Amino acid sequence: MRAIRIICQRELAGYFTSPVAYVFLVIFLLLTGFFTFTAGAFFERGEAGLGAFFGWHPWLYLVLVPAIGMRLWAEERRAGTIELLLTLPVTAWQAIVGKFLASWLFLALALVLTFPIVLTVNILGEPDNGAILAGYLGSLFLAGAYLALTCMTSAMTRNQVVAFILSVVICLFLILAGFNPVTDLLARWASPAFVDTVAAFSVITHFDSFQKGVIDSRDLFFFLSLIGFALFATGVILRGHRAG
Amino acid sequence: MIRIENLVKTFGRKRAVDGVSFTVERGEVLGFLGPNGSGKSTTMRMITGFYPPTSGRVSVGGHDVAEQPLAAKRLIGYLPENAPSYPDMTVEAFLRFAAAMRGFDGAARSKAVARAIDLCFLSSVVRQNIDTLSKGYRHRTCLAQALIHDPQVLVLDEPTDGLDPNQKHEVRNLIRELGKSKAVVFSTHILEEVDAACTRAIIIDRGRIVAQGTPEELRARSDLAGAVTLDAQGASVEKLSALGRVEAVNGAFRIYPRDKSKAAELAAAVIELVSREGWKVQGMYSERGELDEVFRRITQPDTVKA
Repeated sequence: MRAIRIICQRELAGYFTSPVAYVFLVIFLLLTGFFTFTAGAFFERGEAGLGAFFGWHPWLYLVLVPAIGMRLWAEERRAGTIELLLTLPVTAWQAIVGKFLASWLFLALALVLTFPIVLTVNILGEPDNGAILAGYLGSLFLAGAYLALTCMTSAMTRNQVVAFILSVVICLFLILAGFNPVTDLLARWASPAFVDTVAAFSVITHFDSFQKGVIDSRDLFFFLSLIGFALFATGVILRGHRAG
Repeated sequence: MIRIENLVKTFGRKRAVDGVSFTVERGEVLGFLGPNGSGKSTTMRMITGFYPPTSGRVSVGGHDVAEQPLAAKRLIGYLPENAPSYPDMTVEAFLRFAAAMRGFDGAARSKAVARAIDLCFLSSVVRQNIDTLSKGYRHRTCLAQALIHDPQVLVLDEPTDGLDPNQKHEVRNLIRELGKSKAVVFSTHILEEVDAACTRAIIIDRGRIVAQGTPEELRARSDLAGAVTLDAQGASVEKLSALGRVEAVNGAFRIYPRDKSKAAELAAAVIELVSREGWKVQGMYSERGELDEVFRRITQPDTVKA
């Protein structure tokens, strides 16, 4: 645990000593604001809820999370610091989890900074704050899932741009599998069971129930197993590079 | 402290390291020599647990690196090739990170960092970001990281690469000093470093050990070893030829012994001849042999196709 904590601290501090953190936070907050109020028609809906806010997260994260996670391993490999890190008395999984947690905490911070919107709905109406909390939890897990996949693609290459593009493609696939226009298209020629199976792999399907205020153990399990799988794959990939 | 048995590492079809065995005890400084791409770095990466060996065993301080990697890694201080470090950290933050990872806390951590800074002459740059440092300082920052826990085993991959002559000198002295109480392996392709710092050297070429011994032993393998160079007025090739093969070098004569094991007698014979003939001696040296020459003779340059 100690090693994970120290690696996590170093990585997190790394975000704030470079402009990455500030640029990201500003852009994230601007974009959530824009999507919620303008594209999401927050006021016109006349609802005391954050549907307009959370509904955009899968799309917003699609670009922003890979941007945060792409450097995790690609940069270590490019700079050669991976050799330093993995010859310290730590196991590879401690390093993987430590770095993942650092980025996840950072994304959690970005999410916490969206609190004015919660204040706004509470001033304007009487929302179900439990549902909002569940929405935040879902959003955090969604970000975690994307991030873990970005970790994996980042371990595949020394090039951050390649890692970014790969993870955007994978995450996009995970969105589209459950995106209504796509499932409707599939339903035309495939059996409903097949459509449901494909949709079950989508983050959208599992994220939607959080937004409704339902914390279902199956959805939690989905996100946690996706994160677990992607981090495990990261370990396998990193070991593969060294095994030659 | 370091025991390597029959180490092999293959990358695809290429055998980067091909059956290397050696041991390094405490108090020894082993110089690891070889042309570029000969397998030096790969071997070091296997000692430090970064690369799993394809076959063979590495143990450090009695711990098998493959089976008890953490116990082995705790004993090792490692300076990887090109001295990587995190460019967005300050020297101090980087060393504090390394110290924390080595299990230091609180006052002990500050003390370990201060000691490493002192040892590697980094005090003038502690608060600077690593990416603003010159190559020499970056290199020493990474070296400081390797020394932070006063390790029993030091593995240094080209520790003097990219340093200026003064810094090279300091680092060599440091290695020699550390070697008195630790087991040190360092790689280099600068042969003078072997003389400057090693108690023993191994020459590796295309993944295999091609020579090993003390610097003196290796040097003795040179053709030049034992030859006597004589610069004297009146000296002639004809008379000197009685003692051995003679070669003219810049106006002087170099006499090679017929039998290397009797090299010591050659010098005496030359002196006797000189005094008998009454030549006027301006200079006379007994050659120790050149490592360069030994190195070139037993390793294959990478410019030649194998």
